[in-house]
Amino acid sequence: MASRKELSSVSSSGMASTGGTLDSPVKQVQIEGLVVMKIIKHYQEEGQGSEVVQGVLLGLVVDDRLEITNCFPFPQHTEDDADFDEVQYQMEMMRSLRHVNIDHLHVGWYQSTYYGSFVSRALLDSQFSYQHAIEESVVLIYDPIKTAQGSLSLKAYRLTPKLMEICKEKDFTPEGLKKASIGFENMFEEVPIVIKNSHLINVLMWELEDKSTVADKHELLNLSSSNHLEKSLQLLMDRVDDMSQEIVKYNTYSRNLSKQQQQKHQYLQRRQQENAQRQSRGEAPLPEEDMSKLFKPPQPPPRMDSLLIAGQINNYCQNVKEFTSQNLGKLFMAEALQGQN
Amino acid sequence: MSVYGPVVKIHPVVLASICDSYERRNEGASRVIGTLLGTVDKHSIEVTNCFSVPHNESEDEVAVDMEFAKNMYELHKRVSPTEVIIGWYATGFDITEHSVLIHEYYSREASNPIHLTVDTALQSGKMNIRAYLSAQMGVPGKTVGVMFTPLTVKYIYYDTERIGVDLLQRTRDAPSRSKGLTSDLSQVGGAAARVQDMLTTVLAYIDDVLSGKVAADNSVGRFLTDLVNKVPTIPPEDFENMLNSNINDLLMVTYLSNLTQAQIALHEKLVLLS
Repeated sequence: MASRKELSSVSSSGMASTGGTLDSPVKQVQIEGLVVMKIIKHYQEEGQGSEVVQGVLLGLVVDDRLEITNCFPFPQHTEDDADFDEVQYQMEMMRSLRHVNIDHLHVGWYQSTYYGSFVSRALLDSQFSYQHAIEESVVLIYDPIKTAQGSLSLKAYRLTPKLMEICKEKDFTPEGLKKASIGFENMFEEVPIVIKNSHLINVLMWELEDKSTVADKHELLNLSSSNHLEKSLQLLMDRVDDMSQEIVKYNTYSRNLSKQQQQKHQYLQRRQQENAQRQSRGEAPLPEEDMSKLFKPPQPPPRMDSLLIAGQINNYCQNVKEFTSQNLGKLFMAEALQGQN
Repeated sequence: MSVYGPVVKIHPVVLASICDSYERRNEGASRVIGTLLGTVDKHSIEVTNCFSVPHNESEDEVAVDMEFAKNMYELHKRVSPTEVIIGWYATGFDITEHSVLIHEYYSREASNPIHLTVDTALQSGKMNIRAYLSAQMGVPGKTVGVMFTPLTVKYIYYDTERIGVDLLQRTRDAPSRSKGLTSDLSQVGGAAARVQDMLTTVLAYIDDVLSGKVAADNSVGRFLTDLVNKVPTIPPEDFENMLNSNINDLLMVTYLSNLTQAQIALHEKLVLLS
């Protein structure tokens, strides 16, 4: 097989903490062209109806690079088949692929997304179980709508070690999160992606270029933007609504808590007063009652959901900004061209 | 040369898969074979997926793992129920006698299977991608032979596939065969540069025609008039208005999203403090 070299890639700022290197075992993800095409094809054929389309990534780990050399799609969740089917499907697939010398090591999974809305509990859980089992796994998020607009949108994410800790403890109370000092920015880290092709595939590319027609691949320069903006803003508004609900919940909780503190305080004071009175009258003081039984503290609401929503909102905003910056560029270009006429 | 028979439309995924399986073949195997999946139309066959099947080939016999092929097909059907076996592929330049046997097997699986050859060894300097249909030939009553008739091959893409393939094609130019994914504005710049290149080519052609170097071609001329007429003439004030309103919309949205981001960041900090 041809020897492989690598080129350091351009990393795009996403939800990761920008600047500085990632302190994780995987610093870069190298994807083969074949995998990219398979993911695109899978969404195109099977993903028009339902929201997400998922699959497994196969490959190997070399130094601090994660090489993804192949992938296979997962069937959709149908009503009749149970989970058992999935595990068996996966096992069979991997066994068969091993026969034809394809890397059969699980290194992650991919998912398609709708306008960038992928930060959800399900994703977190799946990625956590993957990362727990395999240290270097990533989740590839493919955005088909952004791709259709002109540029391939593929991002690789991992959970930060801090978030892994928290998921392990399952401690989602506010105190727990405060201890780990996690904000929505430290939830996921983005890993830069490089696309790599072998020589033979490059030959294939030359052939294709020769034989295929020059398609109108100028979607990228399309000036219309309102449709996409509208949808993104709609999703953003929904999320902000969810967020405000969470905030209200948290506020009521803290108000309840402080009210309860007050009540406890008052009760204690009354107790003490009574005891003082009784003492002055010469009677035995009343026994101290167990505070915790009298005043049950309210349940602190889990903060994980609000964290996820915050992360999602951040993602939406980021996408919207990218989109608007592109469109502004196009508009200025159009203006310059018009000025010349 | 007119070719009868259906047109074969191939997606680039299939070819990339074939090349990949060829690279990963076992020691000593000179070629790889596998099954082609896709859909059949009246006049065309669309090949959308494939998987390789392990096989052993020697001078006088060939063994293909049929179990494996059936199994894989079942698994694939779970994901995309619309794909059926439409034929098989083999790497290599020629069609050998073994191909006939394998083709017979596949004709049991699918009606009128097609046979695709991809020359990965680049024997003739190019990667010949050809498709064949089998036809009976010979004198009736005596031994019947099989002839493989060639079919026209076309490449088709979904839109998103096209964009993906474009990106992959750019890895050809980098000496280390790899390419990172570029970000926003540079992509727009890249697209604009491409359009500019195309315009330069067109202009060069026009210059040549005007100076008499190249004979004028009517159809090209018609395309050019179409092109020029497509640019709409808008009075400058209207254009200014449209431009400004668009820019205002975009700026407002940017401002809103920045505001939202600042808001949630603040919220986070406050929660951590309390």
